[in-house]
Amino acid sequence: MSLTDESRAPVELPDPEPFSLISASGKAVPAKARRGYNLPDLDILQKLYRRMVVARRWDTQVTALTRQGRLSTYPSARGQEASEIGTVTAMRETDWLFPTYRDSIAVWTRGVPTAELLSGFRGDWHCGWDPKMHRTAPQTTPLATQALHAVGFGTAAKLSKDPIAVATFIGDGATSEGDTHEAFNFAGVWQSPTVFVIQNNQFAISVPIAKQTRARLLADRAVGYGIPGYFVDGNDAAAVYTIVSEALDRARTGGGPTIIECLTYRIEPHTNSDDPSRYRGSADVEAWKAKDPIERLERYLDSKGAIDEALKESIAIESEEAATAMREAMNAEPALDPMELFEHVYSSRRPALLEQRDALAAELADSPNAEEASE
Amino acid sequence: MAKTTSQDSQATKSTTQAVKPVTMAAALNSAMRDALTEDPTVVIFGEDVGPLGGVFRITDGLTRDFGEERVWDSPLAESGIIGTAIGMAMYGLRPIVEMQFDAFSYPAFEQIVSHVAKMRNRTRGRVSLPIVIRIPTSGGIGGVEHHSDSSEAYWTHTPGLTVVTPSNPTDAYSMLREAIASDDPVIFLEPKSHYWMKEGVADQSRPALPMNKAAVVREGTDVTLLSYGPTVAVALKTAKLAEEEDLSVEVIDLRSLSPFDDETVGASVRKTSRAAVIHEAAQFGGYGAEVAARVTEREFYHLAAPILRITGADIPFPAPLLEKYYLPTPERILNALSTWEWEV
Repeated sequence: MSLTDESRAPVELPDPEPFSLISASGKAVPAKARRGYNLPDLDILQKLYRRMVVARRWDTQVTALTRQGRLSTYPSARGQEASEIGTVTAMRETDWLFPTYRDSIAVWTRGVPTAELLSGFRGDWHCGWDPKMHRTAPQTTPLATQALHAVGFGTAAKLSKDPIAVATFIGDGATSEGDTHEAFNFAGVWQSPTVFVIQNNQFAISVPIAKQTRARLLADRAVGYGIPGYFVDGNDAAAVYTIVSEALDRARTGGGPTIIECLTYRIEPHTNSDDPSRYRGSADVEAWKAKDPIERLERYLDSKGAIDEALKESIAIESEEAATAMREAMNAEPALDPMELFEHVYSSRRPALLEQRDALAAELADSPNAEEASE
Repeated sequence: MAKTTSQDSQATKSTTQAVKPVTMAAALNSAMRDALTEDPTVVIFGEDVGPLGGVFRITDGLTRDFGEERVWDSPLAESGIIGTAIGMAMYGLRPIVEMQFDAFSYPAFEQIVSHVAKMRNRTRGRVSLPIVIRIPTSGGIGGVEHHSDSSEAYWTHTPGLTVVTPSNPTDAYSMLREAIASDDPVIFLEPKSHYWMKEGVADQSRPALPMNKAAVVREGTDVTLLSYGPTVAVALKTAKLAEEEDLSVEVIDLRSLSPFDDETVGASVRKTSRAAVIHEAAQFGGYGAEVAARVTEREFYHLAAPILRITGADIPFPAPLLEKYYLPTPERILNALSTWEWEV
């Protein structure tokens, strides 16, 4: 077997109209505009709806606790639920996710417990969960670096004849990084089973997309790599789920990578320390709130009679449980062991590190109240 | 179900049944060949490492003998090579990757420093990255710009990396085998001026010295020369010339730059009470500064003189016709030693 695909089949530019199945007003897009795709089954749509509502409640709670100082920082994904939840709902448990700092709700929806997930933002360890247990890599902060990890992971699976797929999120700002180019290119050449989900939320902290690229679409780049590219309404969970599912299936069955641009909008500031009033008007935010991913799906489900009071009630209960568990997890004092700082740097113990560890231990023993005093 | 990274190295611990290497290039090739044979999770990729066998031919014949799914040419992008190696290692493979020349590793700096070095710590030891990053290093071959850098200080300053460099074919084989078997990422610096040196023949009669130990390669009583990679040969020549001046020079090949073998170095310095460190890299903020500082901290009361650094000058590596003025020579080392006051 060779990794390389020498067929060099040409690929087409994506349609510049974002692919959508449910419009912002909550109506099904007419069949002729669906490009041959059907809407997902109602039970899938209900699952997407439930997950988005619960995730937003969770995200809102994290933002609130960050404002209260329980976390040192938190980049919210409010407004991007369709892209985040649509993607992870399309994934199988055996698939792997390579997320960024923006994608906490996706990681949480994959089953990583709150206290472990928020370890990095609270500040008790850089990554709190076991990536292998949840098949979810640590959230990366250096932009686009995780896209290459995803490609390598997918390539290793392909070499091992393991029929899994890998998904990774990339922000619009991160597409300017060289690693995005290298990841797309390596994935194309090696036909790695990797699905790149670009969440174009239109701002890299304060810098708008027009200052990142002159390209018509970020998804247009796919052509240059010989990879299929899609431009999707990133606030339409049905559309995201449909295109990502198809791409993951293609990846699992030897069809190689896919680049999907989800057009969405970051409703919250970049993080709690950002001031969006310096770079965007509230009218823009309001316009995008009108395209809310949750409201539109709720309207659609309502129109189909697929959302009754009992369902709403059970989602509300689940949301509150998530928020309560989240609050409790973050209000509990994290267990901090300064000696652990020296434990995981290498697989074997280095004498020089042990000396430094013992020095710290002695320092702490000499002044048991040192930590309190410094606060 | 996705495979997980093996904590148990499948590579052999016995490194003494190697094919008798003649050159360092052949020894390195044998090490990778043996690892590929013994461990199906070992893969090799990088620029030109396939049918060409690498620009230095270190991977010669490996694609032919193990197939393209084990040894293959990657696109020409160093960050991509390291970044994808990270993903492969997370999956459970043991990638060996080649940076074609020292200075061409710099595009991969972020992936190495921010991820290769930190993944294990970040994940509390749950994800280890058994990656070997082979880097042909240093000068002495008349390379044009960007082909002769000594980049070790960048890597040794990064917690989480193991940095080693062999100076002879025997070590090249055993250290590369051990690096491949290690669950930690290893920066493996290959002194490119030594690739084709034929005098080094592997001594198969004795067990290999562990990768993290320094070696006393020549015993002496008056001075300890601390050298590594390409400067071990320079230190040995210096020791020979010093004999004529009735100076007994002990030469240490550090082998492992991180971790540092305080024990072996300390024992030698306590015996000779004088030490100098020799490297090709520029002096300021260089690896020699760390060596001098830590030996001084630990052995100050055994020292009769300040520790000297005989290194490249604090200038960019020169053009090929000028490199002889830059590289440390036995004459320059002897001159430096003569600046010490020798009356005891």
